[in-house]
Amino acid sequence: MTLPRLLSASLLVLTVTVAGAQLVAAESGISVTIKDHKFTPAEIHVPAGKPAVLTIKNEDGSVEEFDSSALKIEKVIAGGGEGSVRLRPLDPGRYPFMGEYHADTAQGVVIAE
Amino acid sequence: MLATLLIVFREIFEAGLIVGIVLAATKGVPARGIWIGFGTIAGVAGACVVAAFAGEIGQLFQGSGQELFNATVLMIAVVMLAWHNIWMASHGREIAQDMKRIGAEVAAGDRPLFALAVVCGLAVLREGSEVVLFLYGVLTAGGTSLPSMALGGALGVLAGMAVSALMYRGLLAIPARYLFRVTSGLITLLAAGLAAQAVAFLQQAGYNDTLTFTAWDTSWLLPEDSVVGRLLHTLIGYTDRPSAAQLVVYVLTVAVILGLMGGQRTRMLRTAPSPAVTSRS
Repeated sequence: MTLPRLLSASLLVLTVTVAGAQLVAAESGISVTIKDHKFTPAEIHVPAGKPAVLTIKNEDGSVEEFDSSALKIEKVIAGGGEGSVRLRPLDPGRYPFMGEYHADTAQGVVIAE
Repeated sequence: MLATLLIVFREIFEAGLIVGIVLAATKGVPARGIWIGFGTIAGVAGACVVAAFAGEIGQLFQGSGQELFNATVLMIAVVMLAWHNIWMASHGREIAQDMKRIGAEVAAGDRPLFALAVVCGLAVLREGSEVVLFLYGVLTAGGTSLPSMALGGALGVLAGMAVSALMYRGLLAIPARYLFRVTSGLITLLAAGLAAQAVAFLQQAGYNDTLTFTAWDTSWLLPEDSVVGRLLHTLIGYTDRPSAAQLVVYVLTVAVILGLMGGQRTRMLRTAPSPAVTSRS
């Protein structure tokens, strides 16, 4: 298999994935704010088994990366900016998250119940 | 300083592991230093550009630009790694024969170095842009004194490179006749891991709603945030709570790469008596 063929096949797969996908729908939206490198609220409750949209607003002047290996989320939020991520349906449990660039203070947890 | 050191170390180490595997896989190829060096430098430059436009990239595609960008970068790397392995499957035999006949230098020169240079560049770009963003953030926020940050960053870079070099040395300790088999295997798993990571980004952006349930949970046994967990995450895509979609894509990627490699190998065997015909596929 040549590179062009491999490339075009992969591109096709990617296009189909994106084209057939739904954009973030209007699900239960949760907001969390970063200020002084801390999350408010630092404890977020979501219903287990249901997807949710988390909107993160960064009120600090500096950039932050919202990071959680448990939630599988990695999102850079510019200083003064905001961003939304989709949480997959979660099993009941605790899912810690942090601001990677200020991990000593920016800590929080999503609790699915 | 310690926070800076740790973050920089982590990102350099993650990119360095990939560069280390690529270097081991191209052992004995004459021009590899130039190609991989160029790929890495291009990656550093790209990282700065990506960091500078992080806000703009994020705004694209209704705020999903960052995720789509990451997923695309990951998928390009997957294709390049797959291509390398498939190429090696069809030419590895020739190379081994030529090595015996005329020595390694001449024969191994025609490796798809371009693909691997791209892989190195993309790895550095992805991890490097996070370092640049972080350092820029610290700079603009003030607070931490600049010298201590610079020291932390420099130590982080050095430590990350040292550990990557160790891992490269470790790979080279493998006897030559198994080395390419090991690196081929590692590259296959590395590609599968990157593909699974791309799925996570698409999921996060809301582009994938199927098979989002957790396939297993080994966070009690080997947390992904632990040192070993991170190492395995970078190397073979270990995840302590993979979604079913990630698992499916991981297995599919391995199956497709191995299948294509096997296909190439059989074709080579069938046409083995006339090597002139099979020099390019």
